[in-house]
Amino acid sequence: MSTEKGSEPLFSKKNKKLITDPLTDNNPVTIQVLGICSALAITVQVNQAIVMSLSVLFVIIMGNLIVSLLRNMIPSRIRIIVQLLVVASLVIIVDQVLAAFLPDLSAKLSVFVGLIITNCIIMGRLEAFAMGNKPWPSILDGLGNGLGYGAILIIVAVFRELFGSGTLMGYSIFGNSLPGEESGLYTLGYQNNNLMILPPMALIITGIIIWVQRTRNKALIEEH
Amino acid sequence: MESTLDIFVKAIFSENMIFAYFLGMCSYLAVSKTVKTAVGLGAAVIFVLTVTVPVNYLLENYVLNEGALAWISEDYATLDLGFLSFIMFIAVVASMVQLVEMLVEKFAPALYGALGIFLPLIAVNCSILGGALFMQERQYSTIIDATAFSLGSGIGWFVAIVAIAAIREKLRYSNVPGPLRGLGITFIVTGLMGIAFMSFMGIKYGEEVAEDDAKTEVTTAKTDKELENR
Repeated sequence: MSTEKGSEPLFSKKNKKLITDPLTDNNPVTIQVLGICSALAITVQVNQAIVMSLSVLFVIIMGNLIVSLLRNMIPSRIRIIVQLLVVASLVIIVDQVLAAFLPDLSAKLSVFVGLIITNCIIMGRLEAFAMGNKPWPSILDGLGNGLGYGAILIIVAVFRELFGSGTLMGYSIFGNSLPGEESGLYTLGYQNNNLMILPPMALIITGIIIWVQRTRNKALIEEH
Repeated sequence: MESTLDIFVKAIFSENMIFAYFLGMCSYLAVSKTVKTAVGLGAAVIFVLTVTVPVNYLLENYVLNEGALAWISEDYATLDLGFLSFIMFIAVVASMVQLVEMLVEKFAPALYGALGIFLPLIAVNCSILGGALFMQERQYSTIIDATAFSLGSGIGWFVAIVAIAAIREKLRYSNVPGPLRGLGITFIVTGLMGIAFMSFMGIKYGEEVAEDDAKTEVTTAKTDKELENR
């Protein structure tokens, strides 16, 4: 990869692939199985999922950029610790910004903002891509993977919030569900599925997303 | 106030790291293909969690919290280094993992052979940092409580990964639909196991039990005294 020429256009075919691949056939969550740790616990509401995806997007782009700039100076023996420290500093920035401007959401996300540090997507991309590539492709790679992660997060969150609480981003979709003053679908006897709010459903929905994706692209099917 | 035993049991079952918080899912999914490797990684996680959380507890309470530095000098009593906690925790985790690896290699070569490849992986296992962050958020009152929490979480993680590994070994003989094979079915099975683990939420802890038992305790105390008097 280091043979890239300076004259290459910013959005060459290869660079575009860096962004689009992680969105579909090389998705970090459903194909590479990375970053699930912090992904699923915060998908109860779409708001949280969006804030979380943006935070991860910021950390992964900046982390990729910084590590890519430093890549020739980092001794390989201690590279993990250097990468962790870069990521940890970025996460502190994110945490402080969230605590200052979105205190409610920050309290709901609780420890999961801190856990971005050990999000395997970020460490994985730093280790596998940024350590061996120039800054610009690294930024694009970070963007692609961050978006791929965010996409899954938001899809899961949409299902869980819509069917679990009957709302999207806090706005009710199916009408008012309060007992005694039902409106919309609830007057017909529709009920929210409380199971959706519970943690295990996040896993099952992700499993179903994987199922759908692999049904459409048979090449991704695993041999047990 | 929760007793130490409550914290311990809660951490294993009703607040299981995997089934309630999805921490450490990456290695959980990657290393659960056979029971043998799952046992190795699970043991390493118990070990590292039990070592790092108490260290981070001391760090939190004697260095990072507001006024925690008062033991050095009165001048530092107003300092609040809380914003540094992420970077300190991860540094502690990474260096402890390194240290533990060296110690195990030196003094227990057999254990090193068994855990060897898993130890470095653990530095980036979310459950380790998650343990430290939960410890910080829940503000355990003593280091013993914090240690009980970390040991319980480790054991909970161990139980989860060994269980899924055993299930996956058996799943190999079943006819899973093609697109669900491997990752997909593992997710769904984990979800179902999570639902099963939610039944542990019914366990009564600390105060609830104390309230219920208050009456019975009074009566038993009375009968005890009566017995003594006789």
